[in-house]
Amino acid sequence: MIRVEALELGYEDRLVLAGLNFQVDRGEFLGILGPNGSGKSTLLNALSGLLPPQKGRIIVKSEPLRGLPSRLRAQILAVVPQSTDVRFPFSCLEIVLMGRYPHRRRLGTLTDADLVWALKSMRRTTTSHLKERPIIEISGGECQRVVMARALAQDPEILLLDEATSSLDVRKKLEIFELLKFLSDTRGLTVLCAMHDLNLAALYCRRLMFIKHGRVVVDGPTDQVFTPAILSEVYETPMEVVRHPGHLRPYAVMLPLSPGTWEDETGVEPMEAAQS
Amino acid sequence: MKERSLPADNLNRTVDLAEARSRHNLGARRFVIACLVLSLGLVASVALATGIGRMDVGWGAIAAVVLGKLGFHTGAVDRTTEVVIWGIRLSRVVLSGLVGAALATAGVIFQGLLLNPLADPFTLGVSTGAAFGVALLVMLGVGGSFLGLSPLPLGALAGAMGAMAAVMVLSRESGRIRKETLILAGIVVSTFLAALISLIKSLDEESLSAIVFWIMGSFSGRGWIHVGFLLPYLAAGLALGAIYHRELDIMALGEEQSHHLGVAVSAVRLKLLLGASLLTAGAVSVSGVIGFVGLVVPHLVRVLAGPSHGRLLALSAATGALILIWADVLARTLLSSGQELPVGVVSALLGGPFFFYLLKSRRSRGMW
Repeated sequence: MIRVEALELGYEDRLVLAGLNFQVDRGEFLGILGPNGSGKSTLLNALSGLLPPQKGRIIVKSEPLRGLPSRLRAQILAVVPQSTDVRFPFSCLEIVLMGRYPHRRRLGTLTDADLVWALKSMRRTTTSHLKERPIIEISGGECQRVVMARALAQDPEILLLDEATSSLDVRKKLEIFELLKFLSDTRGLTVLCAMHDLNLAALYCRRLMFIKHGRVVVDGPTDQVFTPAILSEVYETPMEVVRHPGHLRPYAVMLPLSPGTWEDETGVEPMEAAQS
Repeated sequence: MKERSLPADNLNRTVDLAEARSRHNLGARRFVIACLVLSLGLVASVALATGIGRMDVGWGAIAAVVLGKLGFHTGAVDRTTEVVIWGIRLSRVVLSGLVGAALATAGVIFQGLLLNPLADPFTLGVSTGAAFGVALLVMLGVGGSFLGLSPLPLGALAGAMGAMAAVMVLSRESGRIRKETLILAGIVVSTFLAALISLIKSLDEESLSAIVFWIMGSFSGRGWIHVGFLLPYLAAGLALGAIYHRELDIMALGEEQSHHLGVAVSAVRLKLLLGASLLTAGAVSVSGVIGFVGLVVPHLVRVLAGPSHGRLLALSAATGALILIWADVLARTLLSSGQELPVGVVSALLGGPFFFYLLKSRRSRGMW
């Protein structure tokens, strides 16, 4: 589905990511993890065609990404950004219908298929009740789900999410990831999401890629790479990984940076303790 | 849990679809009604505006002249009255309407494309650029008309696009156009070019009032030939706006999202900027620089008709035409001495306070 070859990414003379080589197959659910500033967003910007590679190439469905006409690209690839700033009072349904743009003929009228896709996407993201509301009046979390609906309305084969659920509450987060997992399992949707929430990633992503200092540290099945050693190294934080007795998925617990427990009054400032 | 989070797909989708369709049609019906009302208003305004002036012509004469020109045989109207109605008044009313439509739609395109509520042909310096292009051609002695077309709008187009490019370069900071500096750059370019126009016109030994009329805009002494100059530019600009109205909606969400949704951002932006420049150039080459129409009309229409650019373009064209027709009537009748005001003075006098009100009421509602 996506193949990345010897990719180097950066802005002007600043190199952000280098030596990227990987492949993502149809229906994969990949989580991209790493500390702040590790280059997750840069990678997603490149995969969405926004940032031209400095070296190497990105191949989507055996076509170079740069060579894809924009409408065709948007039929294959949809993006949910971290946040969305809309200043025009479009109704939420109008916003979601914009997701049909790559499928609509120029000057063609709105077809039933377009409306069905928009309405279905809104139901799937539990935003149906917002149809007539102006996008500028709804909350940040609602807006994020409407933008998610818009991306689904594009009927993409690949979905890129850049911290797309960070602003949502726990329930909404889970709902969105349930939906992504469902679409990935049953419709073969390929999902790539950059995220900070380790446990959410471990719960839903079947494959994880850890990025640090502009390089891929490790990339593999969640069960093999979601280990205390790798997590502690990537985040420079002591971590423990436990398997939940119920669903048997791993989850990470961070340990305090200072030695001992909080009951111990060592009299040492936590930051000093961590550095020593 | 998988099933529970997806109750949606099983619901009765035909009901929803029908509901969304009917709402969509409801919006469409309101739009059609608005179009009808505005069209009637336009026809009535053209007739009324033609009847108003220093010479009392009478409605019968207007009807007789117009019908006569359309090929119907009516009672004879004396020659002077016919010239006043057809050659002077009606042509001028039609021209002011078309210029109003051009400026308003150019404003819609600029505001949507540049995500800037203060953008319009005048504030971006595009109008003054066009006026400079025309002034330069006139000074060089290029003028006249060939086959009903004039080289002046071409000079205006070159000037408009030159000014646009200069403003873009001035407001660009590390590859992005800064919203805050855009209008500032527009005003700098506009002021500079206005000074150059004054200089050129003074060197050309034109009277001060001629310069003022050029910089403030006027329809004085304009006729059907100018309608002919403007029409191809108006048609081309409106066509570009109509073809790309859906892209205009999406680009109002910003460059990145437009890219994600499949809009070929730079190509579409170039075409829309060309469209807006064509509209501005056509308008300025026949009437000089008229401010505020392109700024106020899109805001006014957006409040009433929503942000969708297809409708916005159509309704703004009609509203802009209406407003400028009446602004010109005021410009030629306001002074009791029989002298004319530049129409830009009237549009600014009407538009300024109105825009102030819009800004205040919008900010309180959190829009822009």
